[in-house]
Amino acid sequence: MRKVMMAATAGFVAVVLGTAGTAHAGKELDAIKARGQLLCGVGTGTAGFHLANTQGKWVGLNVDVCRAVSAAIFGDADKVKYVPLTAQQRFTALQSGEVDMLSNNTTWTLTRDTALGFDFTGVTYYDGQGFMVPKKLGVKSAKELNGATVCVAPGTTTELNLADYFRANKMTFKPVVIEKVDEIRAAFFSGRCDVYTTDASSLAATRAANVPAPLTVEDFVILPEIISKEPLGPVVRHGDSQFADIVRWALFAMVEAEEYGITSKNVDEMLKSDNPTIKRILGTTPGMGKALGVADNWVYQIIKQVGNYGESFDRNVGPGSPLKIARGQNALWTQGGLQYAPPIR
Amino acid sequence: MAVEAFGSAPRVKVAPWNDPVVRGWVFQIVVVGLVAALAWYLIGNTLDNLNRQKIASGFDYLGREAGFEIGDTMISYSPASTYARAIWVGILNTLRVAVLGIILSTILGTLVGIGRLSPNWLLSKICEWYVEAFRNVPLLLWLFLFYKLIVEAFPGPRQAISAFWNSVFLSNRGLYFPVPVADPIHKWMGVGLLAGIIGAIALHRWAKKRQEATGQPFPSISAGVVVVIGTPALVWFAGGAPTTMSWPALKGFNFEGGTVIQPEFTALLVGLVLYTSAFVAEIVRSGILALHKGQSEAAAALGLSRGQSMRLVLLPQALRVIVPPMTSQYLNITKNSSLAIAIGYPDLVASINVTINQTGQAIENILLIMAAYLSVSLSISAFMNWYNRRIALTER
Repeated sequence: MRKVMMAATAGFVAVVLGTAGTAHAGKELDAIKARGQLLCGVGTGTAGFHLANTQGKWVGLNVDVCRAVSAAIFGDADKVKYVPLTAQQRFTALQSGEVDMLSNNTTWTLTRDTALGFDFTGVTYYDGQGFMVPKKLGVKSAKELNGATVCVAPGTTTELNLADYFRANKMTFKPVVIEKVDEIRAAFFSGRCDVYTTDASSLAATRAANVPAPLTVEDFVILPEIISKEPLGPVVRHGDSQFADIVRWALFAMVEAEEYGITSKNVDEMLKSDNPTIKRILGTTPGMGKALGVADNWVYQIIKQVGNYGESFDRNVGPGSPLKIARGQNALWTQGGLQYAPPIR
Repeated sequence: MAVEAFGSAPRVKVAPWNDPVVRGWVFQIVVVGLVAALAWYLIGNTLDNLNRQKIASGFDYLGREAGFEIGDTMISYSPASTYARAIWVGILNTLRVAVLGIILSTILGTLVGIGRLSPNWLLSKICEWYVEAFRNVPLLLWLFLFYKLIVEAFPGPRQAISAFWNSVFLSNRGLYFPVPVADPIHKWMGVGLLAGIIGAIALHRWAKKRQEATGQPFPSISAGVVVVIGTPALVWFAGGAPTTMSWPALKGFNFEGGTVIQPEFTALLVGLVLYTSAFVAEIVRSGILALHKGQSEAAAALGLSRGQSMRLVLLPQALRVIVPPMTSQYLNITKNSSLAIAIGYPDLVASINVTINQTGQAIENILLIMAAYLSVSLSISAFMNWYNRRIALTER
């Protein structure tokens, strides 16, 4: 709570005292370049998406987006300072300039894109809200949850969808709302709640990585219903369209690279490719980077240091991780999924 | 006298910039002007910045549908209610825990404070240990401890501990117990209770007057209890004595019917009361120790028992030392109740935080939360100052 209030107060002070200079394109980007570091707001810890590993290094799908943006701007994916933020802190932190961008499983909604003063730049992960229950309750469907006590994080779309879903199905529930995600999980695993609800991806991560002994993964089931659309993506403040473009296209570049088969392993060979599209993407035909205001080899740097979207997905949440989430909606459009990048040309 | 001589001295003509009165006015005007200019700049700058970042502003959002559920409410609330009502629910929850906390910690703190002065070694040592343990560990840790204890130690609802012939159930969902089904007579019983309290106070005053005049004691406390309980009971009988009760019963995931005291509320209240009582105990002890030893000796010489001398002689005088610092403790309880968010009790801060997050209007909401805490705190201060003046030594 202290932290929330501090973040809110910082926002308050920044908005009250901040200089009212005229907005001009590139202002945020100039500040980032002058600082030599990208301040990237991530979550406080969800396996596969944003988690500080045992060496204290941040890893995850969202972290890779921050790294890609850093690689595009600096040619170096490691010039990022990660700022862990709770669901409640994140918006004030971004509004007040405490971070340059968010890449922390924030759901793209109309209100956030407009009234909060933000721009969403794309979708890192197509998600939906689900429910997890202990197996011993014997619940098979979310429709059977009438009267349940539900653990949920405050200030999220999850909290609103939950209320909508129960209202729509004429059911009642009692929420237990705790800010720190660790505390919510603890409340759920100790039996304070019957149900834990959040995005299905985070449920999978929690089930795979956070079940306390002597309970095991097998003691919990994720119900089949997905009750909402949760397009999770990076967010920037209104005011600097150039920086917003770089964040937008850093993610598109990862998707585009996967589509054209460019990986961190073969990117050096790909530099010799004759395919005009690949030449444009990797900057062997110059022009794209200049248009975006970064070095022409920006995609090369992203793919070389971070990898393409598919590589990042597999490594963090897919088969190469404990989460083992299927690509599903996050497959490329060519494979029946929703990941579709506009052409780099 | 010198002062009079100075006052009556003829005014010497001085230049206006050397005249203290003129100078005083000029400085005042300059300072007020600067403050106003600063305020003007800050407000203008804020609005400008909000506008530039296209962040919505104004209080219109208060009338919009909140859309989120609250787990513990004293008034009817649903996700279809407005943000204003969600915030009001939060304010009431804060007030509930603050008022109960103030009453309970005053009682417990006074007992512990007196206990520390007891000639009984065991009792005084227990009280001392209690005080030292509680005031030397941060409140937040106590809250986590009590919350974990309740949630981890008690069984789930299906294995709930039941008592009183399956009418009271204790589980990690809280304490469920039966309540009478709502009946129109309950409102009138409330009126009866109020009338009973007023009657008891009147009775007490009359008894005191009579004792001062004639020396005849009157058992005004026990009679007062009879009046306070008896009046609503009479109303209940007059209303046909409705006895329908709502019993808690396990249904689906949880108990339904009856009413519940939730773990979050219990943990917060217990934490606040035990923590604040430690400070109250020290204040009470210091108040009593501030009295001259002659007071208790004189009371003993008059033949008053230990209890009587404490109640009639020592505490009334000690109150003059106790009340001012107690005001701070009451304010602390109210403000510390905002730690509720750490253990998920839906207080004012929780409602406001969610509202900030869903609407993005941090400035308006922070102004609201400051206004709310300020009004509560100033009300407590005003009441305590009034009480302090009332018990102050009247000098004639």
